[in-house]
Amino acid sequence: MKELKLMKGNEAIAEAAIRAGADAYFGYPITPQSEILEYLMMEKPHERTGMVVLQAESEVAAINMVYGGAACGKKVLTSSSSPGISLKQEGISYIAGAELPCVIVNVVRGGPGLGTIQPSQSDYFQSVKGGGHGDYRLLVLAPASVQEMADHVGLGFDLAFKYRNPVLILSDGVIGQMMEKVELAEQTPRLSNEELAEKYPWATLGKRDGEPRHIITSLELESSKQEIHNLKLQAKYKRMNEEEVRYEAIQCDDAEYLMVAFGSSARIAQKVVSMAREKGIKVGLLRPITLYPFPSEIIHKLAGQVKGILSVEMNAGQMIEDVKLAVCGKVKVEHFGRYGGMIPTPTEVFNALEQKIIGG
Amino acid sequence: MAQTFDRPEIQTPENLVYSKTTCLTDNVMHYCPGCGHGTAHRLVAEVIEEMGIQSETIGVAPVGCSVLAYNYFNFDVQQAAHGRAPAVATAIKRLLPEKYVFTYQGDGDLAAIGTAETIHACNRGENIVIVFINNGIYGMTGGQMAPTTLPGMPTSTSPYGRDVETMGNPLKITEIVAMLPGTHFVTRQAVHTPAAVRKTKKSLRMAFENQKLNKGLSFVEILSNCNSGWKLSPVKANKWMVDNMFPFYELGDLKVNGEMINKD
Repeated sequence: MKELKLMKGNEAIAEAAIRAGADAYFGYPITPQSEILEYLMMEKPHERTGMVVLQAESEVAAINMVYGGAACGKKVLTSSSSPGISLKQEGISYIAGAELPCVIVNVVRGGPGLGTIQPSQSDYFQSVKGGGHGDYRLLVLAPASVQEMADHVGLGFDLAFKYRNPVLILSDGVIGQMMEKVELAEQTPRLSNEELAEKYPWATLGKRDGEPRHIITSLELESSKQEIHNLKLQAKYKRMNEEEVRYEAIQCDDAEYLMVAFGSSARIAQKVVSMAREKGIKVGLLRPITLYPFPSEIIHKLAGQVKGILSVEMNAGQMIEDVKLAVCGKVKVEHFGRYGGMIPTPTEVFNALEQKIIGG
Repeated sequence: MAQTFDRPEIQTPENLVYSKTTCLTDNVMHYCPGCGHGTAHRLVAEVIEEMGIQSETIGVAPVGCSVLAYNYFNFDVQQAAHGRAPAVATAIKRLLPEKYVFTYQGDGDLAAIGTAETIHACNRGENIVIVFINNGIYGMTGGQMAPTTLPGMPTSTSPYGRDVETMGNPLKITEIVAMLPGTHFVTRQAVHTPAAVRKTKKSLRMAFENQKLNKGLSFVEILSNCNSGWKLSPVKANKWMVDNMFPFYELGDLKVNGEMINKD
């Protein structure tokens, strides 16, 4: 039976991880996401499902624990916030290179540097353009509610194992800290080692008699072979672009003006849609749910219909680059954002829409 | 490519005194002639074969000369980022507590970039084995100064010798981990003579037996020459190691059954 609870976004992530049948969580405290580790420690998932929870000595250690667990075919996740996610980039690159499935949660705070502990969306570039070294992509999910925080954990694991690729849940301090009603999924059972060995023949669960050993590595010293590996990765990213684009189109059918926003910015922009419509201005909102792959096709299509597009982001203008690539010069694209942990009000966004797009 | 000797008349069962362990592959090792890695690999592999745990073992390879250890070990291996092997091994053992998990790391990997992971895995008392090859130099990258490079020792990044005033002192990380409550067995051995090889193998066996008994972390340091990095012939390198490394890095057990060994 499904269960309804009032929860913080961070708590929803933690509870959803237990219910998704996760085998382990490895993390390190950092504001504004420490409730994830705290909730898991309080909840004793080891007694509920046998799930391992370990506080690592650093974010670097935590992501490498994820590497070790994921290479055994286990469902493992970690979480952090911006400065901690920067520390994890080395490990994320190795995980992407070795093609291991895992879920990484970033509850973003403002930067650069130690920045602020208040919400921001300033890690967009880091999330969708690579982050660590080498040619790789993460599958990036952008929850806009506590419900989606919970849902994206299960979805994240499904996608991670489907593509043998790390999945990043790009949240922010607003979604992480706010409380909302959330419908929790039923408990998914954890798989036994025998089931894992059957399902994931690549996993290091021990060499079976008469079979070759399992090797997990991201190293290939021969350039011609490394290039083949790179081509294989690129083919995988192409398949993600074909099969995994997710978005929500809010009142876009008759829209004359469009906003594009993800996560908490989309929640604010949704209010702006109602404000504009009350004034008789036909505004729509396109909310990417996957930031990689980016919903370029629908944005390109809508660009042929609307008179202007405003990219609303809690940063200095990052997603706007992908919006512009999708629009391809068909229509004017402007950016509105607040930075450093400041959250725009719907009125501010509406005014920007009027000045930059409708009146401009 | 295994080299075969076509002399069937002497290849009889009664003449068989030694055979290569099944826990090593037939791949030709890339290590320099005279390097200790080949011997250390063999000893680890023999212990795993003798304990009958080949299908139960997951090794973690480092970054450095032994990054390709997975080409030689004939059991499951994960290759870890530089210095992170103890964190990787921690997760494997926590998730597969019935398996045997070990890391194989060099001095740059374990005692410089991976110091935090080493200390904390030891301090948590993870039930794993750490095999630590100390040759006082970065071999793979071409002979740079390592955390364990001796005072005055020349390397490509300390060409006039390690000046401890500006470059710091060599780190005796084995002595440090011996002091931590999480370590059960800590020893320093070498592989330069048949007697040393036998002692090292005994230590490795004890380390894996400890893991079987859930005793906590076993840490086996193996001093090795790096004749290429030291710019010496293999024979001279071993002599240099005995004359210079051994007085600084004293051989023997530092901690047995969780008890520090008093050497005085």
